[in-house]
Amino acid sequence: MRGESRLKKVLLKGHFAVTAECGPPKGADSKDIDKKGKMLKGFVDSVNVTDNQTGVVRLSSLAACAILLQGGLDPVLQMVTRDRNRIALQSDILGASALGIRNILCLSGDHQSFGNQPQAKGVFDIDSIQLVQLVRQMRDEGVILGGEKLTEPPHLFVGAVENPFADPLSYRVLRLEKKAAAGAEFIQTQCIYNPGRFTEWIGQVRERGIHERVSILGGVTPLKSARMAEYMSEQVAGMDIPDDIIKRMKSVPADRQREEGIKIAVEAIGMLKETKGIRGVHIMAIGWEDVVPQLVEEAGLMPRPTV
Amino acid sequence: MITAERKPLSEIREMIAPYRRILVVGCGSCVAECAAGGEKEVGLLASALRMEARAEGCDMEIKEITLDRQCVYEFIDQLTGLIDQYDVMLSLGCGAGVQAVAEVFPRAIIVPALNTTFVGETKEAGLWVEKCRGCGDCKLGFFAAICPITCCAKGLFNGPCGGSQDGQCEVDPDTPCAWQLIITRLEESGRIGLLKKVHPAADWSRQQGRGPRRITREDQRI
Repeated sequence: MRGESRLKKVLLKGHFAVTAECGPPKGADSKDIDKKGKMLKGFVDSVNVTDNQTGVVRLSSLAACAILLQGGLDPVLQMVTRDRNRIALQSDILGASALGIRNILCLSGDHQSFGNQPQAKGVFDIDSIQLVQLVRQMRDEGVILGGEKLTEPPHLFVGAVENPFADPLSYRVLRLEKKAAAGAEFIQTQCIYNPGRFTEWIGQVRERGIHERVSILGGVTPLKSARMAEYMSEQVAGMDIPDDIIKRMKSVPADRQREEGIKIAVEAIGMLKETKGIRGVHIMAIGWEDVVPQLVEEAGLMPRPTV
Repeated sequence: MITAERKPLSEIREMIAPYRRILVVGCGSCVAECAAGGEKEVGLLASALRMEARAEGCDMEIKEITLDRQCVYEFIDQLTGLIDQYDVMLSLGCGAGVQAVAEVFPRAIIVPALNTTFVGETKEAGLWVEKCRGCGDCKLGFFAAICPITCCAKGLFNGPCGGSQDGQCEVDPDTPCAWQLIITRLEESGRIGLLKKVHPAADWSRQQGRGPRRITREDQRI
């Protein structure tokens, strides 16, 4: 019997889902992934594995997902369209399913100029919405692009991302609707620090009833330090960290900033739990995965449901 | 127009180093408009080469000529009888010009003086911006006459990505987000509904072809 997506089951049963991001190592090191997986096991429903995030070469998302799967986790394969054309993408989609991976998150990917291979050719044969559509077509109709039939369709729960803080705001919701129309079943958002704008966005999402067509998981990233907050605010495109958050981080001594960062994240999760239209949280503890269990505990998300 | 930039003088000199008699050939079309390979630039380059040659005590013979178009046979024909008097032809045409001349004169040694860059527009004096990737399947009608393949750093058909902020592209803060421009223009012309369409995967075979692409028009053949 083939396994099913835990994430899908948790969401279907109406539980508040918890996913966490796990960045693969910059080397052929299976132990690193395995260790991170063991640490997260039981605290989260599913684990996202980034696909050469920010254009930096790392162990492949597909391989890392396979390692997590062996460790008994429910991996979410992140797949960007920056590095592979439709032949490679479709091939990896089939491979992922054959390995037993049951979730896929479709993204266009950070531009190659940000990473450590700025001279690479950006592929972008298809875009993220087209990838969503493609996975759904392969899964539901059992055919690849061009219509050729598959001997066995891939079994994948299909997700996409949205950034409620990018511009233009009026169009962000329309774009989310487009992703839902293309076939996205779950959405993981960019990290939320600005509740004002987030509330405005989710309000528009509810007005259009999009939250009923797709399960939205709000993104949360615990801040490690005031410096990290400033850096992200200034350097990371599409990141909206209000001044009062930065001030709050600065107001505590350096050795207690981690604690403050966790507090802010716990409050954000609390807010998400109370927000109609939000069905879970996606924790992106960048380079700080070991904080996730504590965060999940303190946010009152334990124990994770049996499904 | 096809835009180009002149190569550094050092690179040009290295390519022509083995030769003494140099024919510098400009092109009066696109590359003249973008001030890279027209008559004026041919004059400037030839002078620079002469000065350097003189400073180094080399005996170099340099002849200048600019064709109306370096990519059309009837203009290339002006080089007949001239090109074989020189050791090398230094072309200030675009890549198409260099190759077109080479095809006409199979034994000639031709080296490029320009780096051909893109199909673009003259935005203002001294500024040229890429506008077209020649994808062979123009969809500008859907995108308020702004090309997402060219003007969006990721070439997204269903953009914008999550990095669009304050109307600028995350990849280059000096570049406007193409999708912000598309959305604004569609909104202003009452066509925002066009954004709902999920554009399917593009047919890149029209751009990549099977090797060089061709246009064949029987009605143009005499």
